[in-house]
Amino acid sequence: MTDHAYTASEMMIAVAARHLAGAQTAFVGVGIPNIACNLAIRTTNPNLALIYESGVYGAQPARLPLSIGDPTLVSGAAAVMPMADLFMYYLQGGLVDVAMLGAAQIDRFGNLNSTIVGTDYAHPKVRLPGSGGACEIAINARRILNITRLSKRTFVEKVDFLTSPGFLSGRAEREALGMPGDGPQAVITDKAVLDFDPETGEMRLAGLYPGVTVDDVRAGVGWDLRVAPELATVEPPTPEELRIMREELDPTGLYRA
Amino acid sequence: MNKIISMKEAIQEFVRDGATLAIEGFTGLICFAAAHEIIRQGRRDLTLCRMTPDLIYDQMVAAGTARKLIFSYLGNPGVGSLYAIRRAVEQGIPAPLEIEEYTHFGMIGRYIAGAARLPFFPLRSNTGSDLPAHNPAIRTVQSPYADGEVISVVPPLNPDVAILHAPRCDASGNTQVWGLVGMQKEVAFAADKVIVVVEEVVDERIIRSDPNRTLIPGLIVDAIVVEPYGAHPSYVQGYYDRDNAFYLEWGELSKDIEATNRWLEEWVYGVPDRAAYLKKLGEETLARLRPGQAPSEPVNYGVYA
Repeated sequence: MTDHAYTASEMMIAVAARHLAGAQTAFVGVGIPNIACNLAIRTTNPNLALIYESGVYGAQPARLPLSIGDPTLVSGAAAVMPMADLFMYYLQGGLVDVAMLGAAQIDRFGNLNSTIVGTDYAHPKVRLPGSGGACEIAINARRILNITRLSKRTFVEKVDFLTSPGFLSGRAEREALGMPGDGPQAVITDKAVLDFDPETGEMRLAGLYPGVTVDDVRAGVGWDLRVAPELATVEPPTPEELRIMREELDPTGLYRA
Repeated sequence: MNKIISMKEAIQEFVRDGATLAIEGFTGLICFAAAHEIIRQGRRDLTLCRMTPDLIYDQMVAAGTARKLIFSYLGNPGVGSLYAIRRAVEQGIPAPLEIEEYTHFGMIGRYIAGAARLPFFPLRSNTGSDLPAHNPAIRTVQSPYADGEVISVVPPLNPDVAILHAPRCDASGNTQVWGLVGMQKEVAFAADKVIVVVEEVVDERIIRSDPNRTLIPGLIVDAIVVEPYGAHPSYVQGYYDRDNAFYLEWGELSKDIEATNRWLEEWVYGVPDRAAYLKKLGEETLARLRPGQAPSEPVNYGVYA
């Protein structure tokens, strides 16, 4: 296996890229999501258009951007616009097929917390960045991919603060509110892929990475995680996927470690 | 009327204690030169508005200029936390800081409503979130049309002063921006007073040769400050790159209150103006941040005489 050895991050990037197959547009963040999108363009989805909340459509970054407002996103892009246009017409206009979000906490219905740790908003244990664009992305993008490492601190029964809605208390509640987007589709972790029950919207174990057991995954989740009836094994990164990541997308290994 | 004045004069004349101030610019075009002059002049009790407070407001809060922060993303973009603001919020150091929090779209909507003089802006956001429970300014209205949809609304935001960095303008303040334009236009129209800070003032003829690129008309510009590299360590597209090394450095040093104060002492109080800051920064750093050339193709506007 040594010639096919890969890191957990490389696996997450490869899996995320495969989830972008078929999408016309992706709303991109920095780090792993950015590399996953650029990997998808070189593998599963050559026509994928990258949208950044900073006001860029059809970016062709020539270097790894540190921030979502990096000037490399502008040079060579198809369009650069006021952020108002991007949020009103692209995002709220229904043109974002898939968006990738991270969070400090995610709960069993895919609700995200990026605001505070602790339950007292005025006196938080830790003050996190807050929503940024995450809340409206979670509401308006067609589907949401969450990219998060398994940990009981992160996968909690109930988030301390609900920053960005997943299915709220279940699919029925989200549907009743008439949100344009379909909500969370998958959570891509370092050990497994989780999806959401098509009836209830509860998160469940859908696919195990090679060498991982159900108990390994449950050990990183803060509630009694259910297992999907058709539990799959997720294919490891191919040699070609690894080559592109290592030679072209992240040669210094900043995000692959 | 000559609108071109020094940064010192601009801050003295337009930024008063207790003012509501927006120094916008999304990742790029963030006017650190203005922030540092405000710190040097010892302004207090400011209400600071920015979607992403960024290092600029972290420094202003550390220096004790602010009473309140209105924002939508409280992070060091691509790096991590804003530790000075966290110290103020979590521990009241150097002074308690009131916060008023929105989502990005919420802040965008506030500036649009402010610029268009509307009572509120409706948006598909906030629903299902805990944020409205902690910010009573985020409300809902029922649409008088169609199915009577209940939709989230945010109130207008009209800063007393906006300070906006840009690549260039003419002597009247007709200001052109390329690269990320952020919310510069909306904030300019929303604010009572507008200070534009530019890399260079160019001949009116150059501005008029490409009117589509003018984002802010001179009509609403009260003062022009010419301050090359005034946005460092943020960037100006085509002029200089973001100094990511400094964003990473601040991410470390700002964890420590003494190190933060030492930095302010050395780089803000210790220099009289931006020119001195640049001299101290050194040619090597400026050379490192200089981008290659990628000019756009000219377009033909036509002559219709």
